[in-house]
Amino acid sequence: MKTGIVRRLFLGAALALPMLGGAAVAQADGEHFVFVSHSPDSDSWWNVIKNSLKDAEKDFGVKVDFRNPPNGDLADMARIIEQATAQKPAGIISTIADYSVLEGPLKAAMAKGIPVITVNSGTAAESKKLGALMHIGQPEYDAGKGAGERAKAAGVTKFLCVNHYITNNASVERCQGYADGLGVKLGDQMVDSGMDPTDVYNRVKAYLTSHPDTDGILTLGPNSADPVIKLLKDTKSASKYKSFISFDLDADISNAIKDGTMESAIDQQPYLQGYLSVAFLVKYVRLGVIPANNVNTGPGFVTKANIGLVEKYAGEYR
Amino acid sequence: MADVPAAEKTAQSEQILQKTRDERMKRQTRGRKFLQHPEFGALAGVILVFIFFGVTAGDSGMFAPDGVLNWSTVSAQLILIACAAALLMIGGEFDLSVGSMIGFAGMMIAIPMVYFGWSALASTLFAFAGALAVGFLNGWIVVRTRLPSFIVTLASLYILRGLTIALSIVFSNRTIVSGVKEAAGDSIIPALFSGIAFRPLFVWFAEIGVFDKLADGTPAVQGVPAVILWALGLAFIAHVILTRTRVGNWIFAAGGDANAARNVGVPVTRVKIALFMFTAFCATVYATNQIFEFGSAASDRGLLKEFEAIIAAVIGGCLLTGGYGSIVGACFGALIFGVVQMGILFTGVPNDWFRVFLGAMLLTAVLFNNMIRRRVTGER
Repeated sequence: MKTGIVRRLFLGAALALPMLGGAAVAQADGEHFVFVSHSPDSDSWWNVIKNSLKDAEKDFGVKVDFRNPPNGDLADMARIIEQATAQKPAGIISTIADYSVLEGPLKAAMAKGIPVITVNSGTAAESKKLGALMHIGQPEYDAGKGAGERAKAAGVTKFLCVNHYITNNASVERCQGYADGLGVKLGDQMVDSGMDPTDVYNRVKAYLTSHPDTDGILTLGPNSADPVIKLLKDTKSASKYKSFISFDLDADISNAIKDGTMESAIDQQPYLQGYLSVAFLVKYVRLGVIPANNVNTGPGFVTKANIGLVEKYAGEYR
Repeated sequence: MADVPAAEKTAQSEQILQKTRDERMKRQTRGRKFLQHPEFGALAGVILVFIFFGVTAGDSGMFAPDGVLNWSTVSAQLILIACAAALLMIGGEFDLSVGSMIGFAGMMIAIPMVYFGWSALASTLFAFAGALAVGFLNGWIVVRTRLPSFIVTLASLYILRGLTIALSIVFSNRTIVSGVKEAAGDSIIPALFSGIAFRPLFVWFAEIGVFDKLADGTPAVQGVPAVILWALGLAFIAHVILTRTRVGNWIFAAGGDANAARNVGVPVTRVKIALFMFTAFCATVYATNQIFEFGSAASDRGLLKEFEAIIAAVIGGCLLTGGYGSIVGACFGALIFGVVQMGILFTGVPNDWFRVFLGAMLLTAVLFNNMIRRRVTGER
C-alpha cells in the first residue's frame, strides 16, 4: 500500500510539474528581460516595482522576470545575475546593492552583449563605472536639495535635520542637500538621533529647546519622522514650524500630512524605477534609442493635495 | 515432482541453503551490491532532475557552457558544506551553525585585512583558527553536556550571527565590508580560493568551437572556478576517510550507537569533536571562496545554508538518526539542490512561485529516490 501511495504521489508531481513549467515558458512571446533586486522575499516595498513590471509587460508585449535572493544574501544575487546572463535575455535591470559583489557578474553580462540598466540602490557614478546604459533612481543629494528649496519657499531660515542613520553616507548627503537648497551652512543643524524612538524623541526635544529659533525640520524616514510627529503633537508646537518634511511614507506620516502637522513627504516613486527601466530597454533593443543621461524618479512630493491618490494606491502603485 | 530438471533442483537447494544461512552471509551479485549503496537513490534523483530540466529548460541556455558553470558553481558551494554535514550526520550529530559560521568567518577575514592592515594569508589563517576553535567548542559542549546537538548548535547559530553583526559594527561601522580584493594585493591566497583553473584549455576549446566566444575574443567560460576544485577535493578526501580508514568506521559506529561504540573502544568523544571542527572548517572554506570571489564580506552571508547542507545530505541518503549515509550521496544531493535552485530560474517560472516549485521539485526528487531505493533493496 505504502509504495502505491508513493508511486501515485510521484506520478502526480511528475506529470504536474512539466505542465506548469511548460506553460510558463510558452508565455514568452516578446523579448525577455530580467529584473534583479537585492531585496529578501519579506520586503514588501518591492511589490510596487513588481506591479510596475507587470504593467510594462502588458504595454510592450514583453516578458519580464523579477528575481531576488530569497534571503537577501547578496552573494546569491550575484549567482542570479550569472544565471540570467546564461539565459541570454534581451536586457538585464539590476540594483547596485554592493558594488564589489555585483561588479563581476554585471560586467560579464555586458561582455556577453546584454544591455544593462541599473536602478534604485547605488549611485550614478557607480553605474557609470560599471558601464551600464543608465541609472534610474533617486539621487539623495538632489532629493534633499528639493526639500530645502520647498522649505526656503515656506520662509525657513534655521532648520534641524534628524539623521537616524548617520553611518550611511547617503543620509548625510540628504541633510547637506537640504542645507544647500535653503542656502545656509549645514553646521550643527544635523543631529545623530539614533534609531530608538525614545532616543529620537528626547534628542530632538533637547535640540529644539536649546535652539528656539529653528523653524524647519527634515526627517530621513519613518524611523526619525514618527517620534518627531509625536513630539510636535505632545507639545502642540506643530504650527511653530514653517516646514516639516520627511523622506518616504508610512501610516503616521500620511496622517501627519492630512492633519497639517507635516508639510510633505519625499517619495522616490518606485513605480517609475520598474516601468521606465523596461520601457527604455525595450526601445533600446528595438530601435537603438536611449536617453543620454540618468533618470531621477525622485524627489516626488506627497502633500495634502495628492495624499488621497497616494493612500488609494499605497503598496500597489505608490 | 519426479521429473524436475537438474538445474532447477540445484536452484531449489540453493534457495533452501539461502534461507538457513544467516542474512549477513547472503550472497549478492555485484550489480545488486551497487544498487544497495546509499547514494544510488540520489543518483536516480539526479537523472530525473536532469531529464526534467532537459525537457522544460533545454533551450534556455541552462546547458550552454556558462549555464553549466552557473549551476555547477552553486552545487559546488553546497557540496563543501553538505559533505561536512553528511559526515557529522553519519556520526550522529547536527550542526545548525554552518550558515552563521559562513558569515562569521567572512568577517574574520575581511575586517583584519581591510581595517587592521593584515595580510591575506594572516587573516585567512586567523579565520580558520577561529572557526576550528568554534567547532571545537560546539563539539565539546555537545559531548560534555550530552544535550542534543540540535539545541547547542542552534544557540551557536544565534550567537555567531549576532557577533557577526555586532563586531562588524564595532570595528567598521557598517555591515558590508568591501575592498577585500584591493587589500589582498598580489597575495597568492585570492588565487588559491577564487582563481580560475585550466584557462589555456578553455581558450583552446573556444578556438576549436566547443564554446562560444565573446565579442572581445575571450571564451564564454574562462575556466573552472577554484570553488569547484575545492569541493571535489574535499569530497574526495571525506569519501576516502569514511570508506577506507579506521576513522571512517569510528564515525559509523559513533553515529549508530555511541555507547556500544565506546564499549568496543571507539574514541567517540574525539571523533565527534573532530567532526564538528571539520564542519566549521568546511564552512570557512565556503566563506573564503566567497570573500575572495566577490571582494566583500556581509553580515547576512550564508543565511539558512545550514538547512541546505542538511537537506542535501538527506537527499543523498543520510539518515537523520545517524549511522548511515555516504559522501557520494551528499554530493548528488547537493547537485540536485543546486540544479533545481538554478534550473527553476531557467524555466522562467514567476518569482512568487519560486519556493513552491523548489519544494515540489525536492519532494519529487526525494520520493523518486526513496522509491528506487526501496525497489532495489526490497525494504518495505
